[in-house]
Amino acid sequence: MSLSNQPLVLGGRTFASRLFVGTGKFSSPALMKETLAACRPALATVALKRADLSGAHDPFADILDFLEPDKYLVLPNTAGAMNADEAVRLARLGAAAGLPKWVKLEIHPDPNYLLPDPIETLRAAEILAREGFVVLPYINADPVLALRLQDVGCAAVMPLGAPIGSNRGLETRAQIAIIIEQARVPVVVDAGIGRPSHAAEAMEMGADAVLVNTAIAVSPDPVRAAKAFAFAVEASRAAYEIGLPNENNRASATSPLTAFLDT
Amino acid sequence: MAFSEILPTLPLNRWIERARGAREDEAMAVLKNGRARTMEDFAALLSPAAAPHLEELAAQSQKLTRHFFGNTIRLFAPLYLSNECVNVCKYCGFSRHNAIPRITLPAAKVEDETRLLAKQGFRSLLLVAGEHPKYVANGYVAECIRRCLPLTPQIALELGPLETADYAPLVAAGAEGLVVYQETYHVPTYHDLHTAGPKKHYGWRLDTAERGHAAGFRRLGIGALFGLHDWRLEAVSLAAHARHLLKHCWSSYLTVSLPRLRPAAGGFAVAPENVLEDRELVQLMSALRLLLPTAGIVLSTREPANLRDGLCTLGVTHMSAGSSTEPGGYSHFDESLWTPTRTQPGEQFHIADERPPQAVAAMLRQKGLDPVWKDHDRALSGTRQPPLFETITATSDESAAPSWIPQSR
Repeated sequence: MSLSNQPLVLGGRTFASRLFVGTGKFSSPALMKETLAACRPALATVALKRADLSGAHDPFADILDFLEPDKYLVLPNTAGAMNADEAVRLARLGAAAGLPKWVKLEIHPDPNYLLPDPIETLRAAEILAREGFVVLPYINADPVLALRLQDVGCAAVMPLGAPIGSNRGLETRAQIAIIIEQARVPVVVDAGIGRPSHAAEAMEMGADAVLVNTAIAVSPDPVRAAKAFAFAVEASRAAYEIGLPNENNRASATSPLTAFLDT
Repeated sequence: MAFSEILPTLPLNRWIERARGAREDEAMAVLKNGRARTMEDFAALLSPAAAPHLEELAAQSQKLTRHFFGNTIRLFAPLYLSNECVNVCKYCGFSRHNAIPRITLPAAKVEDETRLLAKQGFRSLLLVAGEHPKYVANGYVAECIRRCLPLTPQIALELGPLETADYAPLVAAGAEGLVVYQETYHVPTYHDLHTAGPKKHYGWRLDTAERGHAAGFRRLGIGALFGLHDWRLEAVSLAAHARHLLKHCWSSYLTVSLPRLRPAAGGFAVAPENVLEDRELVQLMSALRLLLPTAGIVLSTREPANLRDGLCTLGVTHMSAGSSTEPGGYSHFDESLWTPTRTQPGEQFHIADERPPQAVAAMLRQKGLDPVWKDHDRALSGTRQPPLFETITATSDESAAPSWIPQSR
């Protein structure tokens, strides 16, 4: 039984979990599979560049064979693409290979910080949304870009908390707050989430989901780490739904001190 | 501004002095930070004073590497196209005057060799050739790329340097990476070792990576060949080059190699003062990781198995395995054992780690590292626009002299 009573609805599908997990950086595909099974994410993203898209089940590019689409949605991503054309081509190949017609759009021309290119991302999003893809773009936490992407038909926006793999948490918190306030599609905080408390912080702010990869994959115990993130996401989402108490600088007695005046 | 113009303006001597003579507390201060933020920091980590703290340095390198790259190592194979070469390089097996059997593989034969490598698992190749304007011509290399691409989606090139306009068709054919080692960054040594052929032009070679970037290669590989000159000078120069490329070619992925000279035809002997010892190699690789946490570090089969087994967990991101350095060499391998069935007289140098690819992959798994064979898709090849909207004009006049040839020629 889930603590949260509002399931995530995204791209016309309903998800029981609000945790998304990336599949890179694991020490083996078997461990990745076990981790995903243990934390039951809503979806798992997979880099199309690492997969065999020919349908030949290449034993040297068999990452797809370790994913379980009956347990979570497999979300192809365009990592490696440096411009819109490459991302569009990869997305189409993934769909042609029988993967869901969904795409996590990642375009990072800077291979060192892997920060997303806003111009190419908007261009590719427009093309892919028009072609009927459910498009989830990875973006810097830029509220206007988030709105522009919603205008061209993206099913969600995925602003980063901090650079990929940095584990630094919500460095872009103020901008994410604006994106959440203005959003008419789900907001998924992606990248930079290094601790369950970072995930909880995003969920308590009203993010609809979070995506975690590095902090799980390079953990000494990925299976338990993934579960820890799943619990944090569920607990903080429930708290958000219930309504978080206001913060108050002054003392507030649980029994009013001046009630005797009213009697 | 190109690196060949920048290099003479850098305080190299100051850095080298620090690499030789930093105090222990200076090295320790950098180590405590966990990162080398400046060239001064990097130089201090190379110093003899840092050597007693190698274990700590290696641990930090490992931590940064796992953090950015995860628990993975990318595998690739070199495929030698040709050993014909017009250059005279005193240390290289392919040097023009060495009496070795010379061959340029026909493109169909290159495809056969690629098929053999693909069966071993490789989805990433490095096509290597000597420098010969007649045999290793542009059309030939483009044809090889086109034939290999359906079998292995990721293809990098290690050829004699070309003009930007001549690289463009190779990018269009689907090549993804360009590798060129400066060999030695020490100018007098460079001129002493490269006595004839286009390679004798130091600056022309030094700016190759930048021309490759302008042509649209998405991955650039640089390196120095350790054993030709003092290793600390090479290390400092190589690091400065890497930092230059990270700024000026920001949209290319940078890899760095630290090859050590191996025995080869010609019998070049490494001077004792130029030897990079095993412990120093680890120190250098780790220091480089602290300076460049996101750069790829490539480790070839030049190094022996026991050393590779140790190095792969410390900072390395890319490894070759089961290599032949002779054009056509893989056709003389036993397919199931992946060992040569005859000597390889036309090889560039003799490799040290002779294990087959699957044995190397098994070793990586045993160390908790996932061997990644495919990390690139053909959909990403041959499509990239040259960066910065730079206009590349094709050389229409075949006889036009490249810019490095002195006017007085």
